[in-house]
Amino acid sequence: MTLPVATSAQSDTRTKTRPKARHHPVVRITHWVSALALVIMAGSGLRIFNASPAFARKGEQVWFWPWEGTPVPDYLTFGAWLGGARHWHFAMMWLLVANGLVYIGFLFLHGEWRTLRPVRGDIRDAFEMAKFYLHLRPNHPHQGKHNALQKTAYFVMILCGVMAVTTGIAIWKPVSLGWLTNLMGGYALARWWHFLAMLILALLAVVHVIMVFAVDPYAIRAMTTGAYDEDRFSPEARNARPFEHLLPAHPEVTVESESNT
Amino acid sequence: MSDRQLRIVKRADAITERVVDRLRATGQLERRDFLRLGAVTLGGALLSACNSEGPKWADRWLKLAEKNNEKVERWLFSHTSMNRGSPNSYLAGDDFPSYFISKTVPVWDYSKSPWFLEIGGAVKNPVRLTMTELMNVPSKRQRIDHFCVEGWTAVQILTGAPMSEIARLVQPTSDAQYVDFVSFDKGYHESWDIESALHPQTLIAYAKEDKLLSPAYGAPARLHSPIKLGYKNTKYLTQITFMPERNGGYWSDIGYEWYGGT
Repeated sequence: MTLPVATSAQSDTRTKTRPKARHHPVVRITHWVSALALVIMAGSGLRIFNASPAFARKGEQVWFWPWEGTPVPDYLTFGAWLGGARHWHFAMMWLLVANGLVYIGFLFLHGEWRTLRPVRGDIRDAFEMAKFYLHLRPNHPHQGKHNALQKTAYFVMILCGVMAVTTGIAIWKPVSLGWLTNLMGGYALARWWHFLAMLILALLAVVHVIMVFAVDPYAIRAMTTGAYDEDRFSPEARNARPFEHLLPAHPEVTVESESNT
Repeated sequence: MSDRQLRIVKRADAITERVVDRLRATGQLERRDFLRLGAVTLGGALLSACNSEGPKWADRWLKLAEKNNEKVERWLFSHTSMNRGSPNSYLAGDDFPSYFISKTVPVWDYSKSPWFLEIGGAVKNPVRLTMTELMNVPSKRQRIDHFCVEGWTAVQILTGAPMSEIARLVQPTSDAQYVDFVSFDKGYHESWDIESALHPQTLIAYAKEDKLLSPAYGAPARLHSPIKLGYKNTKYLTQITFMPERNGGYWSDIGYEWYGGT
């Protein structure tokens, strides 16, 4: 592919230049860095969790976790042993936090937060979207950059990230930063909030990855090189449900085949 | 390798082979094959990462992170941050786990010699305290959390001589930056930074819930502070040595963080 070369004839080249990238480079880079950092944080965190897979203080019981004492399978963990996992967890946390700050800072400085903030009407839009996915409505609801379900998921993921970091600091320094730990109901509860933030984040990340492949595989390119032909490939343009209408309609092709017959 | 793992590897091998064959035949890589190959590569990378310690080249970075984390932790540390033993929580009592590294519970053999606590090193006034003398040091009784590196916590009430009082007794010299706590549990020891050792809640404890320590909990005396993770708190204590340099410790030498602060 050859890129159009800027010439002096400005008005002419403007139409030929590449369309604006769907995601700003900062968003694309922080997206993949956080994917890596979160996988390592979750894996090493689960390895740490397995050293004592329970939330209650010794001599107490908890009602909110039915699997007290049950470790997670080894293949979900990273770090091989408690000490190794702790080294990874406490090193990768800096990458996660730095990356998160760059991303959130960018959202605010660039006005991108407007595409993610919850607004009135989201509930109705999310309901319409769910109806579409459940075949209770034939056409894809009109959407902005993201559909309402997607937007809510991304917003909750950012909140979970913030929650994971603050609860993580609270259980890292439960005495030096005891005020923070106490704010979360003490060490044992803060540890539970930390686990819960990971659980919700992991769940949404898994759904996110499945939906990318099932509804909008073009988003992978959009998140890597930025290229995305919204008029042709967006789920709204394709009227795409999971595993349905993955390919865009080809009006040119239909016309050709019709003329042949 | 288990049967299941073997099947996965064989399947990945078959996919790769088919893709390569097609590539040879047609001379181009189709998008679908490209995605298949990508999935195999990524899957392989993830599978090999499962429960692994990570790549060797990362060790340098992990060490660097640990060094800098210690700086951050020492900066966050303060003598006024206190632990109040999780208000509204139960005392763990006998549910408090008991750990030691010997094969059986270490018990001081009084028939061979009386127990002493030797405090020396970089100090002006080295002493050797008997249990009675240790108990005569102005004592402190505190209800505190115990934070284990594994992630569990337990609340207990400990009574003992604060390290700050003991330091007043022996008068560390100005070059004493670290303190080593040695036990008779098969050579177990852990060294601390002096700030943490002199934290008001760092005790040489001899009673738990107002009863003298039992062998399971570190009798006759143990080091305890909520500001360090459990493994830094030497039980079965025999020696306290003030030092200009750190000298590691049992778990720190195995690979856990030396600082181990909370």
